Amino acid sequence: MANIISDETIDYVGILAKLELSDEEKEQAKKDMGSMLDYIDKLGELDTEGVEPMSHVFPVKNVFREDIVTNGDIREEILKNAPGEKDGMFVVPRTFE
Amino acid sequence: MSILDMTAVELAAAIRNKEVTVMEATEAVLAQIEKSESKYHCYVTVDKEGALKQAAEVQGKIDAGELTGPLAGVPVAIKDNMCTEGLLTTCSSKILYNFIPTFSSEAVLNLQKAGAVILGKTNMDEFAMGSTTETSAYGETRNPWNPEHVPGGSSGGSAAAVAANECFYALGSDTGGSIRQPASFCGVVGLKPTYGTVSRYGLIAYGSSLDQIGPLCKDVTDCATIMEVIASHDTKDSTSVERNDTDFTSALVDDVKGMRIGIPRDYFGEGLDSEVKDAVLKAAQVLKDKGAIVEEFDLSLVEYAIPTYYTIAAAEASSNLERFDGIKYGYRTEEYEGLHNMYKKSRSEGFGAEVKRRIMLGSFVLSSGYYDAYYLKALRVKALIKKAFDEAFAKYDVILGPVAPTTAPKLGESLSDPIKMYLGDIYTISINLAGLPGLSIPCGVDTKGLPIGLQLIGDCFNEKKLIQTAYAYEKARGVFGRKGDK
Repeated sequence: MANIISDETIDYVGILAKLELSDEEKEQAKKDMGSMLDYIDKLGELDTEGVEPMSHVFPVKNVFREDIVTNGDIREEILKNAPGEKDGMFVVPRTFE
Repeated sequence: MSILDMTAVELAAAIRNKEVTVMEATEAVLAQIEKSESKYHCYVTVDKEGALKQAAEVQGKIDAGELTGPLAGVPVAIKDNMCTEGLLTTCSSKILYNFIPTFSSEAVLNLQKAGAVILGKTNMDEFAMGSTTETSAYGETRNPWNPEHVPGGSSGGSAAAVAANECFYALGSDTGGSIRQPASFCGVVGLKPTYGTVSRYGLIAYGSSLDQIGPLCKDVTDCATIMEVIASHDTKDSTSVERNDTDFTSALVDDVKGMRIGIPRDYFGEGLDSEVKDAVLKAAQVLKDKGAIVEEFDLSLVEYAIPTYYTIAAAEASSNLERFDGIKYGYRTEEYEGLHNMYKKSRSEGFGAEVKRRIMLGSFVLSSGYYDAYYLKALRVKALIKKAFDEAFAKYDVILGPVAPTTAPKLGESLSDPIKMYLGDIYTISINLAGLPGLSIPCGVDTKGLPIGLQLIGDCFNEKKLIQTAYAYEKARGVFGRKGDK
């Protein structure tokens, strides 16, 4: 029942996770994920046929409010945290030519 | 009594009675930080200047009669995953090494309205992922009872700061035990409230369906008092619950006659240290002697809580941590080719190993083809775990057990084997899955001189039963504290 994680799987998960792992990290990740999944497979022992997945412990509903602006203009302060800023906007690398 | 020995409530009373000024208290605790911080490293950021400024302002408001609450003027430490306007908030991660929030979390605002003096931000496991505070990017925190040992985690800095008198109380957050376990390891009181009781607005999310803010403090009276201040209904948190039973201090009653207490046999099996077991059962006997009805029962499903938790928490983490992309705030890599490469490099360099491990696992269990088998399966088991607790609480007011299988391990012993580290969460984790409140209170010291914690678990919205039981136990137990640093 041991889960063997392939290079393809780790590369694919790396894309989903937006992480670039070194070769050494990849090997470790394969090992770690395999052993975690072996452990998680324990849940297979339980019969959950007909059990509704529970995402929230209380019956919560969407919370609505009027679309009214309550915060002030703090653009300058917000942009201070940005690694790149120009003319009141976030700077990102060029995404298309 | 020296200022530092006072509980938060005692200090506030002394300030009200003009026996101590807010400035004296703040200076005393800042001096203590100066003295012992090099030994324990409880804080990522100490805001000395800001604390002194707040102390003067708060004293002014107390003198003017504007602040009359039971915590007015008391200095507090905040876990570094709660946003504090204008004060560095790192989540103990390199990826937020320079992040200055433009707003404060609701729990912090509630404290400030009550006249708290914020001392600084406490160290934690990176993004609250860990049980030892060793995954922090800013160095490990040491246990004030023995600096060779970990303080627990992830709110290890908050628990250690309370134990070392480097604050009068602290806020922590608990996703799978992160308040209760460090409280246990550091010999302080900690409470994880019912999900939805304290607003998560401004708490940097890890596992949103599990995260909850709560107090770490010196005794049960402080615990109830802090809870009254931080519990609030907040429209900015869509999972915030409107409660009109948050008068927690009304439960500070020394009486457990007729309180039905259940001890899950499954919490006392293999893996539990015998000294921990003895101390916890002795505490149960104390409650029985005071008139509680104590009996054993089978909770069931205990061994399934950890795999369920790590599936759900990792899934939520992988989604929550997508926001750290090197654009709006935080760390950006120096060299990159194009946008996607910049995302990947910034994140890979900014996150530590444990965070990456959980993001990878979470991305996997949510991915097409595995979502049903892993993520939905875990949500189904969560429903079964909740049902097992519902059945238990039909019979009992309070469930009593250990907080952790052992006392605090030595530094460096836990991180090499993640699954072994995760197993240490076995008694705390299911409480988060079921949304229940859980309280940790010291109940003994082992032969190594390390504190042992007793855990009391209640049904949803039943914090008062926990507070009452803990208060009655505390009265019988007597003063519990560490010697030294005085």
